[in-house]
Order: sequence, then structure tokens, then C-alpha cells
Amino acid sequence: MRAPDAKAFDAPASAHGATPRDPRDRYRSGVIPYRSMGYWQPDYVPKDTDVLALFRIAPQEGVEPEEAAAAVAGESSTATWTVVWTDRLTACDRYRAKAYRVDPVPGTGPGTTTPQQYFARIAYDLALFEEGSIANLTASIIGNVFGFKAVRTLRLEDMRLPVAYLKTFQGPPTGIVVERERLDKFGRPLLGATVKPKLGLSGKNYGRVVYEALKGGLDFVKDDENINSQPFMHWRDRFLFAMEGVNRAMADTGEVKGHYLNVTAATMEDMYERAELAQELGSVVIMIDLVIGYTAIQSMSRWARKHDMILHLHRAGHGTYTRQKAHGVSFRVIAKWMRAAGVDHIHAGTVVGKLEGDPNVVRGIYDTLRETRTPECLEHGLFFDQDWADLRKVMPVASGGIHAGQMHQLLAYLGEDVVLQFGGGTIGHPMGIQAGATANRVALEAMVLARNEGRDLWNDGPDILEQAARHCVPLRAALELWKDVTFDYASTDTVDYVATPTAS
Amino acid sequence: MRITQGTFSFLPDLTDEQIGRQLDYALSRGWALSVESTDDAHPRNVFWDMWGMPAFDRTDAATILGEVQACRRAHPDRYVKVNAFDAESGWETVRLSFIVQRPKDEPGFALERQEGPGRTQRYTVRAYACDRPAGRRYPGDAP
Repeated sequence: MRAPDAKAFDAPASAHGATPRDPRDRYRSGVIPYRSMGYWQPDYVPKDTDVLALFRIAPQEGVEPEEAAAAVAGESSTATWTVVWTDRLTACDRYRAKAYRVDPVPGTGPGTTTPQQYFARIAYDLALFEEGSIANLTASIIGNVFGFKAVRTLRLEDMRLPVAYLKTFQGPPTGIVVERERLDKFGRPLLGATVKPKLGLSGKNYGRVVYEALKGGLDFVKDDENINSQPFMHWRDRFLFAMEGVNRAMADTGEVKGHYLNVTAATMEDMYERAELAQELGSVVIMIDLVIGYTAIQSMSRWARKHDMILHLHRAGHGTYTRQKAHGVSFRVIAKWMRAAGVDHIHAGTVVGKLEGDPNVVRGIYDTLRETRTPECLEHGLFFDQDWADLRKVMPVASGGIHAGQMHQLLAYLGEDVVLQFGGGTIGHPMGIQAGATANRVALEAMVLARNEGRDLWNDGPDILEQAARHCVPLRAALELWKDVTFDYASTDTVDYVATPTAS
Repeated sequence: MRITQGTFSFLPDLTDEQIGRQLDYALSRGWALSVESTDDAHPRNVFWDMWGMPAFDRTDAATILGEVQACRRAHPDRYVKVNAFDAESGWETVRLSFIVQRPKDEPGFALERQEGPGRTQRYTVRAYACDRPAGRRYPGDAP
């Protein structure tokens, strides 16, 4: 594909209005600016049934923001680089995406270190999309346009999926409410851990870690994203030994326990085979990786719904396109797609741990997963009102470099409907895995008790932990060992907003 | 053993004063409190015996605490728990649930296995207490 020539972009402003009235002008063969083709419509009022997208655009030198926005709208819907007469065989006004608003991004452009960027809002008619298909939605919205030459960088910041469209998706197979009822666990975050080392354990040794962590007080243990079926541990061995550990721990504690059995594999047939063994063994949960692709995720979601299985999604690979602010797809958009596609758990950031996570960005993502309706909130990166159409709620998972000493911050930032996963923070405990699990559980329950009593977690948190450690030696040891561990790095993905955005 | 169901089982048993503060919290959120008891605390036994109806319209913790104490007196050697139910749209479920009495001796559970094909096991968790008939499972139970 070739970008329209520079001359077209440089046409005088007077030629840049809406579609020319005379169709003979509009459809004369040749190359005309996208905004003259009908993809820039500043007067357009989005319909309740439109899919809305907000892109962060850095246009190439000499390309005006309205033209860049129109080009993105065009290339993500009906346009190609030149006029085609075959548009006239269609109701093309309807099928064209409409860029309807462009705002400069605060903190970019002259006087800053960042080239000028713009937030462009684009509306897509519902008729452009196949019902219930994330693959089709994304093939349009992020299909071609991210390689388009007229934009220097491009990022999909947010989307509004209309109720009419959401109703065509299954959504999470279980959801927070039913998950809690099945597990009989209420009023506190759930606790998990990922088995470490990630690679190399035999099935029997692996099952030992599962058993110790669950017996010590965790609710879940987890396969890591890259544990599938390797030479050191065949998947059947892992499933059988892990479920022995799960059931032993249930009998020891009187609680429902689970292990996220990762069914990620090369083909759908392999994944179904693994999921079926998990079900046969009585597991309450299975796990998939984001890298299996949107269609495979939707297939596993249907399977999970049919078999009463909680579906855990590890967001393996997302950092390649979500982390850099200038180019890619924001994770809040991935979170929206995954709630529609239908997963029950999704890793969504910790704020305080070792992985990327600005507090405001993480808040926006958590709200997206857990609320029934998310109003526009620029501070949290939410650009649109979003009604979730009664799709079930997704349980966010906080994982990566967190420990018991941060419990007050975790509860204050993330709330109680979350799985807190302490991998190293459980298995690395100096007194053993059970002790590590107990330390986390005691810290968690003490913090929830204190929060409910009206204590100020931010200021009293460390005291509450110290007090709880008086009746729990493992917690005392954990607090002592990890007291100085923090991950204070500047976030690369933060929100750009001003309290009252200026219209262009 | 000590079964660890409920929100606060890893902490020392809550005093009535601490229980009262949790009841206050639940009431401040607009949740309906209820009291339940059982002599079969199997992890999948979700239907404990209700001690009356959930208190949908009560707004003081003292009354609920009175119900907890009455339930304990009637069932001195059963598990007793308090549930807080949220009827708000999107939840319509229990939001907090914690044990407020447990038997002096908790015998725990056996894990039974049945061999299946391909090294699979069919697992069953069985409560030792259920070896005896309902109402005679713990020493303090009335005959």
C-alpha cells in the first residue's frame, strides 16, 4: 500500500470540509485527502450503537491532525489509498468510520521533549462487525492501520463497546460472584502463588509445592505461563500430582482449593484434551495464555462455561504492545476485549510490585474488569462511559514482586475482589512454603479486619502488620526479610489529561 | 485441626467486641446479616442451618450479636458463622462471612481415593464428624 502523495495532504484548508456534495467530484478517479472522502466529520454525533475508539496519533511531518485522524478512520474501515468507484455499489456513508473529534495531548508538542500527539475519536457503525467475534473487531480496529505511513506512531488508548454489541458476547464463564460462591470465600482478596522455579521441576516435586502452599493458607496455586509439557515434566504428570496436592490440602484445611492448570498448547485439540483431564480430576480452574490468540481464548471460554470451570488468563506477551505510551494498544483496551471474550481471571497490575503499573492506569483497568458501568474518567484513562450490559465481572490478578509487608498498600489500591499472588513471597520464605503461605494469609486477614474496623490503612498499615506478627512467627520472619524490598521506577505508561480538556 | 473457612479463620478467635465492629461495618454497607450453624463443615456444604431469616431491616449490631449468642447457646458445639448479604444489583450475594464459634475438638477430614484409568484418582473429602448421625457429632451436642 502507498500513502497518498504529500500534495494531497497539503491541499488548502478550504478543501478540507465534509464530503463534497456533488458525488461526481467525490468519486472522480484519483487521490484525494481522507478527510475529503468523508472520514472526518466534526459534526457527527455518535450513535448509542456505534463502536467508539480513541487513538493517540503522532502525525508525520506536515500532516494535519484532522487528516491523520481521517486516515486512521479510513484505513480501519472502508478506505484504500485512492478513490474506488465500487464504493457507489454500497451504502458507503454508513460503512465509513467517522473521525469526529481531535484534541492535542497535554504535555506533548512544542516546549516539551515529545513530538506533538493528538487524541482522535472515531466512531464505527455496528454493521461493520460480526457478532461475538473479538477477531473480527480487532482485525478492523488494529488490523492494517498501525503500519500506516502517514502516522509516525499510533496507540489505541480506549474503546466504547456499545451495549448492543456486548450482548452478542458470552463474557466471563463464571464471574466474580459465582466464583466466590463456588469457592465459598467471601470478604477478602483471594491468595495465590506461582510455582517456582518456573521450569525444571518434575511432576512430583511440583505437586509438593502445590500442596505446601495450599495447606499453608493459599486459595490457589498457579502454573507459570511457560509451563506446558516439556521434557522435564509431561503435562499429565503435572496435572495428576498437582491435583493430589490440591485434594490433600482441601482435606487438611476444610477449604476449597485450586491450582490453575495451564492448558496452553500448540493446537485447540491439545488444549481441549488437557482441559478435559483437568475436569476429570475435579479441578475448579484451568489457565490459558494470552498468546494463544483471541479466537482460541473465546473457544476455551465456551468450553469453560459448558464445564463449570473458572478460566484464568495469563497476559503473556502483552508488554510488547501495551507498555509504550506512543505506539501500540493500551492494556485497558485488552481488558475490555477480554471481558467480552470471556475470561474469569486476568493479570492486571499490582501498582507496588516489580512489573509496570501506574496507580491511575491500574485503577482504570480494575474498574473496567469489575464494575457494571464505568463512567468517563480521564484521570484513570477512561475516555468513554461504558455500560457493561450485565456481562459478568472479571477477577483481576495482582502478581509479580509483591510480599506480605505491602499488604496494606495492596488492599488500599486494589480492593478486595482481586487475587493477590505471592510467588517468591511464598516459596522464598525462610521457614518454608507453608510458613510463607501462612504469613501472607495472616497479614491479609488482619488487614481486612482492620479496614472493616475503620482503621487508616495508609498510615496504620505497618503497625497492623506488626501487631498481627505477634501471634504469627512466619509473618514476623517475612516482614523482617523483605522489609526493604520496593520497586520504585518511573512508569512508562501514564495517563495524559488536563482537568478540562480543550476542544480543537 | 482447625478448619479455615471464612474471612478471619487465620486470626485468633474474634472477641464479641471485634465481632460487633464487623457487624457495624456490614450494616454501614447496607448488607443484611444472618447467622447459620452446622455440624458438617465439609468444604462443599454451602447450606448451613439458618438461625432465623436474614435480618434485612435491622440496623443495630447489638441485636445481631444477641442472635449470635442465642445460636451459640442453642448449639454450643457446632460451627456458627455470620454472613453479610448484599442485595445490590451486580452482587446479590454474600460479601462477608466469618466463623464466630467452632467445636472444642475439630476432627477434620479424611481424603479417600478411588483408582481410575491412566493413573487418575477420584477424590472424596469425608468429614470424620459425619461418621456419627446428625445431632450427635460433637461431645457437647444434645442426645
